Parts: sequence; structure tokens; C-alpha cells
Amino acid sequence: MSAQLRVNPIACEAHGLCAELLPELIRLDDWGYPIIDESEVPPDLLGLAWRAVDACPTLALLLEEDGKGTR
Amino acid sequence: MTLAEHARVHGDLPHRTALELIESIERSGLRGRGGADFPTARKLRAVASRKRVSAVVVNGSETEPASAKDRLLLSRLPHLVLDGAVLAAEAVGAPEVIVKVGATAGGSLQALEGAVSVRADDPVPIQLVAAPEGYVAGEESAVVHYLNGGPELPTFVPPRPFERGYRGRPTLIQNPETLAQVALVARFGEHWYRELGTTADPGSALVTISGAVAAPGVYELAFGTPMTDLVDAAGGATEPLRALLVGGYFGTWVEASEAMRLRLAREDLRSVGCSLGSGVLIALGESACGLHESARVIDYLAQQSAGQCGPCTYGLPAIADAVGALADGAARDGDRDRVLRWGSEIRGRGACHHPDGAVRFVASAMTVFAEEIERHRSERCTALPAGLPVGGTTIRRAVATGRRR
Repeated sequence: MSAQLRVNPIACEAHGLCAELLPELIRLDDWGYPIIDESEVPPDLLGLAWRAVDACPTLALLLEEDGKGTR
Repeated sequence: MTLAEHARVHGDLPHRTALELIESIERSGLRGRGGADFPTARKLRAVASRKRVSAVVVNGSETEPASAKDRLLLSRLPHLVLDGAVLAAEAVGAPEVIVKVGATAGGSLQALEGAVSVRADDPVPIQLVAAPEGYVAGEESAVVHYLNGGPELPTFVPPRPFERGYRGRPTLIQNPETLAQVALVARFGEHWYRELGTTADPGSALVTISGAVAAPGVYELAFGTPMTDLVDAAGGATEPLRALLVGGYFGTWVEASEAMRLRLAREDLRSVGCSLGSGVLIALGESACGLHESARVIDYLAQQSAGQCGPCTYGLPAIADAVGALADGAARDGDRDRVLRWGSEIRGRGACHHPDGAVRFVASAMTVFAEEIERHRSERCTALPAGLPVGGTTIRRAVATGRRR
């Protein structure tokens, strides 16, 4: 089972919580917007990825497992 | 062309089943002429296979400032485009056709209104819509957004219009030239279409060429035509050329001697990192400055951002500032590197491909005009303005509320 991280760039307002919670996969650009360095989430980071998705104030962070959308 | 002239020149529209038409389009190898170059039959099938299709939308937005082919078709051959749209509607099961043009496209709108008023035998109604203009307003999801009552700004995809579009239902969106070709293939067959062009790139395309050529305008050329033939067709270069912009502002610069060795063929163009896009070519003469012109263009592209996504809203103006500084000889250390770094970071992080096109355009300018960048560090530029068009219509912008770091 594979899980892919994605950002809805229209909903994103650069709060930056995702990068704080998941620095292994997400960093911020010069304006505070997330760059997903590696969209494929390894199993050991899945829990943190879900936490990051839940923490996004604008529900802009998405985690799609096996091609199925979420949020 | 009036309806009578159209019937005389093009002949009657034959009766074909939806399947026959789609198969004929497939065998012809016709691909979309709006810039994405997507196989038309595949798009038709994708919509036809879905239930409750809502419409065929003729996307007459033509937002590339240097493009003129779509308004030419809509104003001079509206019946051909409408025939194609109606055929497509029958093929995909759409109950109506919507033709969308920009609000200032007076000639097209008038011709279309006249054409629709004399057409009596269409199986579906045709609606005309004039929408506010702007560079990103022609993007498929932006067109759908507007038709659904929202602003003419792109939306987050998926779902794409062929899945959920106008009225939340599957929608076929096609460029006017594509539909004109559909109408011609329906009449004359896929073999006729393949008489021009090559096996790999069958058919012909409308190309808008401008800049340092004696007879700028729209030309129909068979795929595979050498670039030198195209320039000759446009009256020849008015001075030695420095570079050619292939694909409009969504395209890339190619150095002149390299460009003149190319043919209008996918493989050729891909080999130098470019694509014909919506067929816009701009010839830059040696008397002009590619760096200054590129700075003007990226400034325009930055200003035309929908303002919805941070990377585009903030990244493009930052890039534009740096390119402007390089052009003015006021660059700080690392400006060029920053331009390239921001470009590679911004790519793919917008809801639409506007930032992707912009950074690709800039990257090509950094490469092709490297000499100019170097020279501008120590000399004042004495080039003449080439006047690449940057039509200044401001679109309604959403404001991306982000925090700067």
C-alpha cells in the first residue's frame, strides 16, 4: 500500500505546520510555502503524515493512499 | 464566410455515427491545437464514455498576446468551427455547445452571432459567452470555473473538466482550430488529413508568426515544414535573427541558427527542448535585446498570475525583479543563480501550469541570452525595443494570504 502526499496550492496559506511536523518530507520555500521533497510516504512516517494532514488549518495537505483521495 | 459560401467551399456535412467520427479522428492522428497537443480522439472517447455530459465548450480564449489564429478562424470561418463543435457534441452526447471568447473579441463575437442566427439545422443549441480576459483565463479549469458562475481563474485538479466540468458534469473543451479540423476530417476523411505532414506528425497547423519578419500573420503549414520555409512564407527576416521564441510566452527561446535547422515536427522541437504549443512564433532580430524583451515578458507573466497559489504569486514577481535587474545591468551577486533556483523550486507547485510555463520561458532566456547577461554587467544596452506584445488586461486576482519568511 502506497501513500502520496500532495498540497492543494490554492487552499494553502503558508501556515507551515506541515513542515514542522514532517521535516523529513516537507520543507518551506523562501516565502513559507511547502515543497514536498518526497511525495511517497514511507510506512514509518505514515503516522506523522496523518498528524500533519490533521494539523493543516486550511485542510490543504492531502494524503492519498493507493490513488484514493482523502479530505 | 457566409453559410452559403461555407457550403460551397467545404461541401455538405456528411452523416456519421459518433463511433465512426471518433474512429476517423483517431486514424487521422489529429491532436489538440490549444497548446497541450493532446490526441483529440482520446479526449473525445474520455468524455463520450461518461454519462450526463453537459456541454462541448469551444475555447476561443486565445490569451497568448502574440497569437491570432483562433480569432481569425472564429471571425472568418465561424461555420467551420461550429460544424466541428456540433459534430463533437453529437459524438460525446452533449446537449449543447458553448462558444467562449474574450470580452474584447468584437470581430469574433459579431461573426459568431451572425453565424448562429442563420444556422437552422443544428441538433443542439449554441450559446455564446464573452468572458473577462487575462493570460490564465483560457486554461480549461478557469473556463469551466467562469461558466459555472465563478471567476475566470484556474481550480485545483483533479477532477478535470472531462470528469467534472460545466455544471459539475463531464465537459469536452476544445480549441477552435481543433474543431475546424474535426469538421474537415468529417467531410474529407482521415486520408485527406494525412496527405499533408509526415507519418509521425500528420496534417497541418495554423501558426502565428510575428517579430522581425516582413509579413507577420497567420499561416497554415504542413507539419514537417522546415523553419526556414516558414520564415520565407512570412516574407523573410527583416534583419539577421538572434533567436526565435517557439510556443509563445508559454514556450521557449531557441538561438537563431539552431532554430533555422529545425522543422515543424515534434521530435525536432523536443530535441532542443521546445514544443509548438499553440503555434506562436516570434522572430527576434539582432538589433533587439532578448534579455530586455524577456524581462518585459516575465514581468507581464508575473502580473498575470491568478494570485491563488503562493509559489506563483510570490515567486514569479521575485524572478521578474531579478531578470529585470540582469537586463538593467543592476544585478546583485547570485541573481542569476537565484532565478534558476526559484524556477526549479516553483515548477509544479501551482494549481495550474502558468508558473511552469513562466519559469521554463525564463530558463531558456538565461541560456540563450547568456552573452547579453554578461555584457549588461559592464555596458549599457543600446538595443532597440522589439515590442513583444504584453497586452495589459488585468484580471481579477484572488489574494494569496501567506506569510513571508
